[in-house]
Amino acid sequence: MDDFVSESDSDYTSYWRDWFISSRGNEYFCEIDEDYLTDRFNLTGLNTEVQYYQYALDLVTDVFDLDCDDEMRETIEKSARHLYGLVHARYIVTTRGLAKMLEKYKKGDFGKCPRVMCHSHPLLPMGLSDVPHLKPVKLYCGRCEDIYNPKSSRHAAIDGAYFGTSFHNILFQVYPALIPAKSAERYIPRVYGFKVHSAAALIRWQNNQRDDMRRRLRKMEVESGFKDADDEIEADEDEDEDEDEELGAEQFQAAEAGGLVEGEIRTVA
Amino acid sequence: MSTSSGTPESWISSFCSLLGHEYFAEVSEEFIEDDFNLTGLQTQVAMYKEALEMILDVEPEDDDDEEDEEEDEEEDVSGDARDEPGGRAAQAGERRHHSRIASDLSVIESSAEMLYGLIHQRFICSRAGIQQMSEKYELGHFGVCPRTNCNQARTLPVGLSDIPGEDTVKLFCPSCLDVYVPPNSRFQTVDGAFFGRTFGALFLLTFPEYDLTKSGTESITNLSRPSNPPGGADELPMINGVYARNVAPGLGPGKIYEPRIYGFRVSELARSGPRMQWLRDKPADIKALDEARLFTEDQGGDSEDDDESMIMNGRPSGRRRAPLNARSRQQQQQQRQIGNGSPMMVEANGGVESEL
Repeated sequence: MDDFVSESDSDYTSYWRDWFISSRGNEYFCEIDEDYLTDRFNLTGLNTEVQYYQYALDLVTDVFDLDCDDEMRETIEKSARHLYGLVHARYIVTTRGLAKMLEKYKKGDFGKCPRVMCHSHPLLPMGLSDVPHLKPVKLYCGRCEDIYNPKSSRHAAIDGAYFGTSFHNILFQVYPALIPAKSAERYIPRVYGFKVHSAAALIRWQNNQRDDMRRRLRKMEVESGFKDADDEIEADEDEDEDEDEELGAEQFQAAEAGGLVEGEIRTVA
Repeated sequence: MSTSSGTPESWISSFCSLLGHEYFAEVSEEFIEDDFNLTGLQTQVAMYKEALEMILDVEPEDDDDEEDEEEDEEEDVSGDARDEPGGRAAQAGERRHHSRIASDLSVIESSAEMLYGLIHQRFICSRAGIQQMSEKYELGHFGVCPRTNCNQARTLPVGLSDIPGEDTVKLFCPSCLDVYVPPNSRFQTVDGAFFGRTFGALFLLTFPEYDLTKSGTESITNLSRPSNPPGGADELPMINGVYARNVAPGLGPGKIYEPRIYGFRVSELARSGPRMQWLRDKPADIKALDEARLFTEDQGGDSEDDDESMIMNGRPSGRRRAPLNARSRQQQQQQRQIGNGSPMMVEANGGVESEL
């Protein structure tokens, strides 16, 4: 079995992989090193996962020389793409793989976060499952820490397992300097300048959750990562108290207006 | 919707069918012809009169009557600025005729687009406009939320500013209460002020019966809109004046992304740990958002008159007014037709009156 891939020349141009990563729809993939592919240890367990494993591997490493009909070749081609994806998930969490994906991240190859308040922060591809054929690829934004569907249907069809559930989190652990500054900036639904009561109540509750978290982190002396300085919490706390006092009046107003639209507290109080 | 003379050839419908203008509703000529609806736009748009004529497909040379009529109306609005009304009509007509030839048509065209956009901002907050937008919403013309956990919830076009030239149109997702950049770059030339800040939230207040828990594709496949069980609308739990199920259904436990490495959750104490989960959070028990009730419970024994009247006013009136079933909604609409104001105005008045 080992004879098939024995002495692959390292100068050998990677025709298949070149073609694969440059073909339309495969923009999210990076090129896997020849060395990584030829080390059998890295491929442990994949032979049961991929049909025609050996031929597929030969195709990926450009040593495929089987004479076969088109139908067979098509099947092997498909297997090769699947194999490449599965190895890719393992490769991108290695030091070299992370570095390659980082380059692509910096270039914005994976797209920009659609959330307005993230101001086009670059995204990272991720999977919701490490098991193939379950969930398509999603895109993770490090700024709002949420996941989004790819814009293009070409990308939406890629298997999420080709990127895995861990890659994007490992990237930020390995390169902590790249963790984007977090921001409390958000959208507040308004009608003619007035906040909408149901949304505003939820936003107030969420802001409390955020302040609780920041207090927790400060107690443990962990950086919260928020752009705004930490002493702002104290200011927030004062404000909270003010707001609590105003809450009664505000609620009263809200009730008067039919409970749907809230008065601007600060201007009224 | 109500464009009576809206032939496919009209400027308005050709504008709305342009690439990238898919979000626009067709403003009825009736709405544009009411001068009250155009208050203040004159100072915001260059070549206002020419632009308005272009939008309404009025040829100044052909129909003189209409022109004169408009001239008079024009005078009413800008009467303070120019003082001599006598014999101005002819003069102005000449001036306009002259300028129409001399000036570049493309300048008028862009003015007309700006004017249409600003009228559109007002129109979609009117009864006819918001109704038309709801039809577009039902057909999924505004796209879906890109957030994975929102499960393809339908979005609404909004602006982040009411002043033109500041930002492009965005999509507001009622499921996560956040705003997103439209996926297609052709919308990045559409001004957000043409939709305005109010429309998104006003839409949800105007049509509380929409089941926001349903995804866009789900709702399109079965087009029967009132998804409530017959007569059951009143029994659905309410909170803060809206159906409890419609309070950000895309948020809360189970809808928040949890970072994991090889299956293990990343701790909050890690430097790369989760910091933004509050943004997608929601209390497991939605009643925790009923601040009025919580406040009175907090006050407990020392219930003063103020608190008492607050609950009395807040709770029951909210239940009585908000989401109505189809029948009573029709009645409401008939009522509204009498008072020809904004949808909000009538509701607010009704609420206050019933409390007095």
